[in-house]
Amino acid sequence: MSQRLTRFFASRSGIILAGAIIGVIAPLLQKLGNPANMGICVACFERDIAGALGLHRAAVVQYIRPEIIGFVLGSMLAAYAFSEFRARAGSAPIVRFVLGMFAMIGALAFLGCPWRAALRLAAGDLNAILGLGGLAAGIAIGVQFLKNGYNLGRAPKTHTAAGWIMPLLMFSLLLLRIVAPVFAKDGPIFFSAGGPGSLHAPLVVALAAGLLIGFLAQRTRFCTMGAIRDVILMRDAHLLSGMGTLIVVAAIMNLILGQTRLGVAGQPVAHSSHVWNFAGMMLSGLAFALAGGCPGRQLFLAGEGDGDAAVFVVGMITGAAFSHNFALAGSPDKAVDGIATVGGLTPNGMGAVILGLVVCLLIGFTMRERTKEV
Amino acid sequence: MKAVDARGLSCPQPVILTRRAIENGQFPIEVLVDTVTARENVRRMAEKAGCTVTMRAAGDDIALTISR
Repeated sequence: MSQRLTRFFASRSGIILAGAIIGVIAPLLQKLGNPANMGICVACFERDIAGALGLHRAAVVQYIRPEIIGFVLGSMLAAYAFSEFRARAGSAPIVRFVLGMFAMIGALAFLGCPWRAALRLAAGDLNAILGLGGLAAGIAIGVQFLKNGYNLGRAPKTHTAAGWIMPLLMFSLLLLRIVAPVFAKDGPIFFSAGGPGSLHAPLVVALAAGLLIGFLAQRTRFCTMGAIRDVILMRDAHLLSGMGTLIVVAAIMNLILGQTRLGVAGQPVAHSSHVWNFAGMMLSGLAFALAGGCPGRQLFLAGEGDGDAAVFVVGMITGAAFSHNFALAGSPDKAVDGIATVGGLTPNGMGAVILGLVVCLLIGFTMRERTKEV
Repeated sequence: MKAVDARGLSCPQPVILTRRAIENGQFPIEVLVDTVTARENVRRMAEKAGCTVTMRAAGDDIALTISR
């Protein structure tokens, strides 16, 4: 039975089913309270967690998102249920931390990770086309490095308890979300009173959705970066069929729920600064490709015991803190006194995206290894 | 007989190494992996390339034998 299920989840039907279920759940989470076109956004939600902990003080994006917690714990449940939990760590962790930081800085320049780019497109936000184009461009650069021997090295097995650290951190976040303690006067835990951080689906619903997606994604290896990488690297559309299904199903759900708004300017929590939408996601795509997984996949890997993926996640959360503390994140289009203004990046943000691209290229060029073949 | 040790390598390294061995045509190829993800990715790629794949447990790891 377990073998048969494993075969099913690894099949084309399995990945399509996972994409379809995510495509149903994400727009529903928006209907139930999550911000617009943000039913699920790994980057935004990790940024909100950084804010809730006071790692940055952008008051409108602070909340402990149960979906993220569910992704890790759901994956862990699946890994244990199918005897796949394997603690491993030690494949260039500091490099993965830096890749995580710049992946987040790029994503926040665009205002969303690949998951949200897909959901924005499914809701009619045409800026997402540039985001997804940038993502594909960044991944294509990463594939060239992979073809030329880029490799961060082997991760040895480690103590099972080491693999439990990220799931336990997530469980601690869940406790902080439920108890909502105040640690100092005017201090964290912060929950936004206005803005996107104040918009959220009920705790139990969000956690259950996260657990289900985490479980399914661990079984099917759902990955929004791998979807594009595998097509470029080996003409394999297996993972892409999952991501494609997600977009189609989410688009249908948005139409049914009345959440579709076709256009470019003034899209919710988005800007129409085209160059930086493209460049931000190009940075993210390159960083994800060099790290071997999209931000969701890194959470699922962390749930099944991968300590290096866990370090990438911590890098992303740290990157979010820098992004808001140093004013690197994109600001959305807004209407001021009835006049529409285009949002986008500050000069700091532009500099950070360029710096990130340079750092990722250096990592790609310098970290090649001839893997020892026995 | 060609051996590929892909244990501990993250995605997509096991697939890249195996594909290189297939392109070099040194059959049979024995690939050692340590996660089910790597096993499934290598199996799918090899079968798509027209190879036959058999799998067996090798201690804590998984050995795939790829032949054509």
